Amino acid sequence: MLQLTNLVKAAYRSILKNRMRSLLTSLGIIIGVSAVVIMVAIGEGAQMQIERQIASLGTNMIIVFPGSRSSGGARLGAGSYNRLTLDDVEKIRQEATLLTAISPVVFSGGQVIGGVSNWSTAIIGVSPEYIQIRDWPLQEGYFFTEKEMRAKSKVAVLGKVVAEELFPDQSPVGEKIRIRNTPFRVIGVLSEKGQSAYGQDQDDVILAPATTVLYRLKGGTHINMILASAVSTERMETAQEELERMLREAHRLEPGDDDDFRLRNQTEITEAASETSRILTLLLAAVAGVSLVVGGIGIMNIMLVSVTERTREIGIRLAVGARSSDILIQFLIEAVVLSLTGGLFGILFSFGITFLLNELTELYCHINLAVVFIAFGFSGAVGIFFGFYPAHKAAALNPIDALRYE
Amino acid sequence: MAEHLIEMHQIKKSYKLGEVTVQALRGIDLTIDRGDFVAIMGPSGSGKSTLLNLLGCLDTPNSGSYFLEGKDVSRLDQNSYAAIRNRKIGFVFQTFNLLPRTIALENVELPLFYLRNSRVQNPKKLAMEALKKVGLADRMFHEPAQLSGGEQQRVALARALVNQPSIILADEPTGNLDTKTSLDVISVFQELNNEGITIVLVTHEPDIAQYTRRIVKMRDGLIRQDYTVEIRRDAKKDLVEFKDETE
Repeated sequence: MLQLTNLVKAAYRSILKNRMRSLLTSLGIIIGVSAVVIMVAIGEGAQMQIERQIASLGTNMIIVFPGSRSSGGARLGAGSYNRLTLDDVEKIRQEATLLTAISPVVFSGGQVIGGVSNWSTAIIGVSPEYIQIRDWPLQEGYFFTEKEMRAKSKVAVLGKVVAEELFPDQSPVGEKIRIRNTPFRVIGVLSEKGQSAYGQDQDDVILAPATTVLYRLKGGTHINMILASAVSTERMETAQEELERMLREAHRLEPGDDDDFRLRNQTEITEAASETSRILTLLLAAVAGVSLVVGGIGIMNIMLVSVTERTREIGIRLAVGARSSDILIQFLIEAVVLSLTGGLFGILFSFGITFLLNELTELYCHINLAVVFIAFGFSGAVGIFFGFYPAHKAAALNPIDALRYE
Repeated sequence: MAEHLIEMHQIKKSYKLGEVTVQALRGIDLTIDRGDFVAIMGPSGSGKSTLLNLLGCLDTPNSGSYFLEGKDVSRLDQNSYAAIRNRKIGFVFQTFNLLPRTIALENVELPLFYLRNSRVQNPKKLAMEALKKVGLADRMFHEPAQLSGGEQQRVALARALVNQPSIILADEPTGNLDTKTSLDVISVFQELNNEGITIVLVTHEPDIAQYTRRIVKMRDGLIRQDYTVEIRRDAKKDLVEFKDETE
């Protein structure tokens, strides 16, 4: 067995003798490998973005939505639409053992007049624990307390965007605003939160006591959601089960009845949201993988042409004492060296592209090192697999015929 | 009693050319001793190239025996033939058959690359010495495209010599060369033979055959004549005369 180093050196010499052809041969691999790495990087980056955004929604959050009663799969309509109430929240607050905080959420909205201008925005009624659940500290002022909840006080905390629209040059704290003609006093301003995972501007909002919003702005007794924070991520599931049990009790549901509400936790939401992204990444990687295989076919074709062109050369080698296996190994190594070198260039190229994408665009790309190694290994495998047939053809040549070849 | 270098008994070889079977060799008996300088001649189709291929273990006979240095090599496996071609045989072809875009030194090194069971300390040194022997030491970094026909053939000769083979086989070595270059190349052959290297060359030119020591004439797959050259020419001398005439 001739030394591997000599063979690899000889392979490189052969490859360098015809640089253009070698480049074209390995182009498929270069593109294939870089495509795989870049696609996965974009996909993973997107997933990480989403996860980060959802994580910024809060900590260990459980969300309760009201659900309509269904019987045998068919919705029973508005009449049977069950409601979540402040009483539900109160009951859970007193009895739950695995929750650190709980808040009702009441959606409303409307025109707000104050400061230098007016602004149409969302008004959300919550309890004092809301900002704890949401990891949302204040920038200025104070958040309302239980006292203001009980008193249904007309106090408001402005989101950053609203504060800047209505009070661009001064602190809004202590100022008066009118929400749908009801006067409110501003007691605080929230810090910036940015865009939510669903694309909404979270800073375009006004928070007020849920009791106030319900009785003074919206009317009725039903609330839109309940937000709660579980004691820890590990105990999230148990906390969710406890919550479900309590709500079923509060709603007087029989053991056989369906829940008339829906529970979601932050982990589930994250997974659901990034699921699409994950599937897309897989799809892109698969397509890129196909291009890698196509690159391999390219190698095979060009190597076949190369073998034909080098028939004389093969004859000469056989005449001076090469074995068939020597010829086979020579061409196989050339194919593998080509594909691995192409793989390397592909990886370097992909590093460059992801760097540029991160610097110049909104896209966030995160390179998965495992994928880099897999793609590199795959390029080697492609070289061996698709180089084998041409190498075999070369090794099967008869020296006399080969030497006579024009 | 020294054994013959080569002993062939009743060698027969035939090819299928489409539907027809061609009897290239119909029973060859041939012995060659060390130091011989044999010219195999004959018209096209006489079987001389086939005979050379069999001598060089590029092909195997259908029947008959071939003893090389006392060993029967008529029915061996492919790898054994490869080893014989590497160590025992040196080929020179009409079309030179050098690796293109490869310098002379690396071309000459090629047989050493396939040498097995032998530690070669410095292949480049051996290659350089072979090139020196054929008078091309100053051209070792040239590629074939930068060499004349005669120079290329001498590089091919150096390659044939580098593994110190038992015999040099040349198929129409001067076929692609002009008169002066042919004389040049043949003089190298003569020099090597004078030093003891056994050479068998195939040619259709009777003039070239005059520089060898023994002529074997073939026709229709059989040896018809086998005789020593009476008046042997000296290529070096003829070269000088040729130069005088043309200059």
